[in-house]
Amino acid sequence: MDGIITADDPWEVAGRRFRSRLIVGTGRYKDFPETAAALEASGAEIVTVAVRRVNTSDPSAPLLQDYVSPDRYTYLPNTAGCHTAQEAVRTLRLAREAGGWNLVKLEVLGPPPYLYPDMAGTFEAAAALIADGFEVMVYCADDPVAAKRLEEMGCVAIMPLGAPIGSGMGVVNPYLIRAIKAAARVPVLVDAGIGTASEAAFAMELGCDAVLLNSAIAHAGDPVRMARAMKFAVSAGRDAFLARRMPRDYRADASSPSLGVIGR
Amino acid sequence: MQSPITLTVNGEAQALPGPASVADLLARIGLDGRKVAVERNLEIVPRSLWPVTPLATGDALEIVAFIGGG
Repeated sequence: MDGIITADDPWEVAGRRFRSRLIVGTGRYKDFPETAAALEASGAEIVTVAVRRVNTSDPSAPLLQDYVSPDRYTYLPNTAGCHTAQEAVRTLRLAREAGGWNLVKLEVLGPPPYLYPDMAGTFEAAAALIADGFEVMVYCADDPVAAKRLEEMGCVAIMPLGAPIGSGMGVVNPYLIRAIKAAARVPVLVDAGIGTASEAAFAMELGCDAVLLNSAIAHAGDPVRMARAMKFAVSAGRDAFLARRMPRDYRADASSPSLGVIGR
Repeated sequence: MQSPITLTVNGEAQALPGPASVADLLARIGLDGRKVAVERNLEIVPRSLWPVTPLATGDALEIVAFIGGG
């Protein structure tokens, strides 16, 4: 056993320290109260949020902040829906003005049906944002070369997809996620693709520093219960990684002693 | 006589009866300024400059806030 097991196993991104290794999105919930309840159950300390035009014809409509307090949660503004570097940079400059946050999630997406990361646009936007003082957590392809380049540019976290956004397909390329983590000196998060708790645990067992997900909770039959499952899954996966799993062998290796069996 | 200002706010045409600042426009719409950000002709307008940033005909404004999203 490596020292004392403690529940406190913090990680750091851009000099900020967090206890929860689960980052959750705030979209696709039935309503704001359900969003708030699921976030509470998830134990997340960081939540990603999108930036959109306000409804000028209904200015008193409730806003996310009314239910998800930026004082309690670290808001991580994202560029969901942006398909060009220019859109992404504009969006995050507006986010910084609206909330004053430099820590952001960059995603530049290719076309449907996969919304796969557009890496040319991602590199262009990352360069512009870093030059403008942002701390960029970057959604990217599960490409070890691209991931390393993003780190060298100054991105503060590398976030390869497990599978396409909202697909619930899990981590389809675990060897490349592991390869990205092995080479990285900044946190690596699986972002997108997680569908259920075992898949979040699996991402953590690969050695990822944290997991980011949204639809797996919001589109579950019971989002609040799934949020709780994700909290435990991420924690269990982290412990399993730290504990170093036993080796695999297709042959049996009995765990009871062979001596003293009756009648021999 | 004041000449009206016609501009685009979040992609929709709007008309103001006379000279107005960004702050005036937000008040006219009825938005809580603490929760939004404003871009005018592709440039961020910092909150501190809203009262002294005049609007002109042809301006394109984006007024945004945070919403739920992954």
